[in-house]
Formats: sequence, C-alpha cells, structure tokens
Amino acid sequence: MSATDEIRPFFPALSRKVYGKSLVYFDNAATVQRPQSVIDSWNRITRESNANIHRAVHLLAGEATDAYESSRDAVRDFINAAAREEIIFTSGATASINLVAFSFGEAFVRDGDEVIVSEAEHHSDIVPWQMMCQRKGAVLKVLPVDDTGHLRLDMLDSLITPRTRIVAVAHISNVLGLINPVREIVSRCHSKGVPVLIDGAQGIVHQSVDVQDLDCDFYVFSGHKIFAATGTGVLYGKKEWLERMPPFMTGGEMVGTVRFSGTSFAPLPMKFEAGTQNFAGAATLKPAIETALAFRSGRLRENEEAVKSYLLDKLLNDNRIHLYGVPSSPEEKIPLFSFSVDGAHHEDLALILDKMGIAMRSGQMCAEPLMDRFGVTGMLRASLVAYNTMEEAEYFISSLDKAIKMLV
Amino acid sequence: MEGQAKTLQETESEVVDEFSMFDEWLDKYEYLIELGKSLAAYPEGSKTDDRLIKGCQSRVWLDYRVSDGRIWFNADSDAIITKGIISLLIRIYSGRTPEEILSSDFSVVDRIGLKENLSPTRANGLVSMIARIKEIAVENSRI
Ligand SMILES: Cc1ncc(COP(=O)(O)O)c(C=O)c1O
Repeated sequence: MSATDEIRPFFPALSRKVYGKSLVYFDNAATVQRPQSVIDSWNRITRESNANIHRAVHLLAGEATDAYESSRDAVRDFINAAAREEIIFTSGATASINLVAFSFGEAFVRDGDEVIVSEAEHHSDIVPWQMMCQRKGAVLKVLPVDDTGHLRLDMLDSLITPRTRIVAVAHISNVLGLINPVREIVSRCHSKGVPVLIDGAQGIVHQSVDVQDLDCDFYVFSGHKIFAATGTGVLYGKKEWLERMPPFMTGGEMVGTVRFSGTSFAPLPMKFEAGTQNFAGAATLKPAIETALAFRSGRLRENEEAVKSYLLDKLLNDNRIHLYGVPSSPEEKIPLFSFSVDGAHHEDLALILDKMGIAMRSGQMCAEPLMDRFGVTGMLRASLVAYNTMEEAEYFISSLDKAIKMLV
Repeated sequence: MEGQAKTLQETESEVVDEFSMFDEWLDKYEYLIELGKSLAAYPEGSKTDDRLIKGCQSRVWLDYRVSDGRIWFNADSDAIITKGIISLLIRIYSGRTPEEILSSDFSVVDRIGLKENLSPTRANGLVSMIARIKEIAVENSRI
C-alpha cells in the first residue's frame, strides 16, 4: 500500500465526491483538510470536558485547562521555543500580526520611525503595519522581489536606517512558494539592532522551524493551515519583547488585580490572552502537530517531493504557462504553484477545473501588491500537501491542458 | 434603430431551452465560451472605472446608449465565461424599452442554473450585473 493510501482515510473530506467526481483538493495553502484525530480532539473536549479554562476548580475545568496548556507545550516543542510563556494562542496568523503591530507599535514606534515589509507579503502582513504606521506617523518601506520571485536581499542593508523599528517578512510567500532565507535576514537585521517578525503561515506547514536557531523575534502561524481547528493560531515572541509590550486586548483572565483606580496584568502568556479562549480549538493543535510531523517524514515526505518535482517540471516546461516563484533549486520550493496562462483568465480556468473535480485558488490571493508587481489581475494556484497523490497531480496536468484548450 | 422582433419573455424562454439541452456542465461552459468569443467588440476607451461592475473576480464593464426610447447595452469582461453570460444578458435585455426590461422577473439566470452552478464569487458578479441593468432601466424610464 502506498503511503498516501494509508494516510488518506484519516481525512474524511478527501473521500468527498464533487459533481460526481473524486475531489482533488489542491487548495491546501488556503486551508488544509482536518484529520480524524483533530476532529476527535475537538469533539472530546466539547462533549466531555467543556468548561471554561483557568477559572474554576472543578474537574471539567481542570481537564479543559490541561488540554489547552498541553497544547502550548506541544507548540513550544514543535518550534523549539525557549519557554512556554513565549507561546501565545491567538485566532490565527492575522490576529497574531495585528497583536504585534499594535502592541509593539505602542511600545516602540514613534513619529518618523520606519517599518519594512516585503513586496510578496500577504495582506495580513501588510495592512496591520500600514495602520500602525498611520497611527504613529511612521513610514512603511518595501523590500522588492525580482522577476523570479526572490527577495532582493541586496537591497535590505540600504533599506535599513537608524529609524527602522521592525522588519516583517514571510517565511514562505503564499503566492511564490519559495523558502525565504529568513535566518540570514534575521542576522542582517540583528546586526543593525532591528527585530524581525516572520509570517510563518505557509512556512510552518512543510518544514521544521526552530525559532531559537532562526533567532527571530516573532514567528506567527495559523492552526487551520497545519491541520488544527479554524480560529486557532500562534504567536511566538521572545520574552524580552513580549514583556515590554502592552496588552493588545484586555479583560477576562489576563489581569493581575483590577481596581477602578487601575489594573495590573497577568504574567505571560496570559497577558496576551484576553477573554474566553478558543480552548476546544487550541487543544487540536496537539494532534495537528503530530500529523504535520508525520507528513514531513519517511515515505510521505518522499511522495511529496516526487509530486512536487513532477509538477515543477510540467509547469516550468509548458510555454503556455507562466510560473511565479521560480526556484534556483527544487529544495527552495514547496509544492505551491501559482501561475497564469496566456490568453486564459484565471477565473475561467478555475471554474472549469472545479467542474472537473479540482479545487484550486484563483484571484489576487490576498497579495495585490505582488499581483501589480507581476502585472497580472490574478493567478491560479495549486497547493499540495503530502496526502496528495501522483495520480491527482497527473490528472490535474491533463485537466489543465484540456481547460486551456477550451479557452485558447 | 429597430427593437427586437421577439418579446423579452420569448427570448428568455429561448435561452432557457437552449441551456436545457446540455446535461454536462462542461458543455454549458463550452457553449458560454463560444458565445463569449463572438460577443461584439467593446471599445477599449470605454473600459473606464465608472463602467466597471464590482463584485466579480473578473472585471466587467457595462456601457449603454439610449436611442428611440430603447436601451442598447454593450459590455465586456476579461474572463471569457463571464463574457458568455454577458452575451446572454445582452441578447435578452438590449434593444428594449425600460418598461420592457423592468417587466422581466430576472429569473432567467436561475432558470438556466447559472447561479447555483457558478462559484459564489461569480454569482455575486452576475447579481451585480443584473442589478446594474435594472438600475439603468429605472434611470431611463419615463415616470
Ligand atoms: C503567508 C500568509 N500570511 C498570512 C495569512 C493569514 O492567515 P489567516 O487568514 O489564517 O489569519 C495567510 C493565509 O492565507 C498566508 O498564507
């Protein structure tokens, strides 16, 4: 039995039929399908241990709190954070970035300061910084990408000035699928005393992340892209920063003492977890991480690599197709392929492929500045994980060919 | 300019009949693509923001002129399936008086199954397109 045959039955959605055909789910970068273990974890908490965490002394509250807090330990292990207090649960990558943009901005950004983001960022890693800059009178500067989609690292040093307060960059762009040299970016920024936030929404999915090794100051990701429940997310932040930042939201169990004359706040991580948390969701991060780890090892890894190489080869060597994010070597790319086709609109292609049973993303992909950079109104994106099979990839390539022939 | 020979309702039924011949969705798309490719040319100069219809993943421009009390629509899109749908709408609604247009219940899109079978984002665009046609008819009707 192939590795994918073994794993696919654990993902109920993968056996769906659409328009009478087997679903080919190639929109994993938007959200990945949930494994049964994650669904079971959610159900278990909801059916048996539903109680508000951190508040009561009764048994159910203890079980729910344990599930929530042991997920924090699992995340700490997963990204090798130095301490569990550095793991803050949020509702997703967007929420994590908003938290940092607000709280870091309040503490450290003044009129005339500067923030740097890359041209390839998701809107979620642009707009929160833009809003913060507007509030603070700061300036947002942009690190461009070249025609192959690589960051213009040669321009980084000259973009950084004594007024630069923070740099925010994706580990892997959700459009380009290229692994950015974040370790080098961090070390270059640190040499000038500038902290770095890494948007790991895509980066966390396909490869190991060690935040101590990267030495990044913040690393954010969403649970739903690594198999956990929707509405879950993580903010990793170095303690030295988190302790000096004011809370983003206030209320609930994040306080020390509350008097009408003033309030003191709870220590990390609760300081940043105001209100009743998504405890049923956060608990699913633990089984989700187990799945993510399994997907990166052994035969599943080999399968993913083989499928990726096949698609890279087919899409690069078809002169009707423009691939965005062309790697210098295959190791630099994850199985995420955004492209456009001469004379065929991305939406038409996506509609036709949908009717062929293939779910893909089309449009601006929450990265309008990058669409402008490449002079397109949108792209089509196929994004895979290790449960996708070579047969699906071959079916996709032949379906794409048919769709293009219908249109051009 | 002469108006259309058939009534608006007759043309609507004609379109519904044509679509009922296709069982397979891909065949419906083939047909829409063909219609889209044969849509009358739309001047580049009229692709302006005030003629752009919002709510589509693809861009749609809708222009019109009034002559002898009839409204003549002209439209374009950068996506071909959308152009096919536009061509259907033009066939039904162009060359009609505002009163004729407003006599339509605009259910033809549902009846050919376009709404539920198009992606939600596309359905939005379609709804916006029809809303705009209605709006133009209302603006030009003699009250
Ligand atoms: C690179 C990147 N950053 C941020 C986000 C935002 O994630 P979420 O919508 O889960 O908050 C995404 C998801 O689309 C992404 O791919």
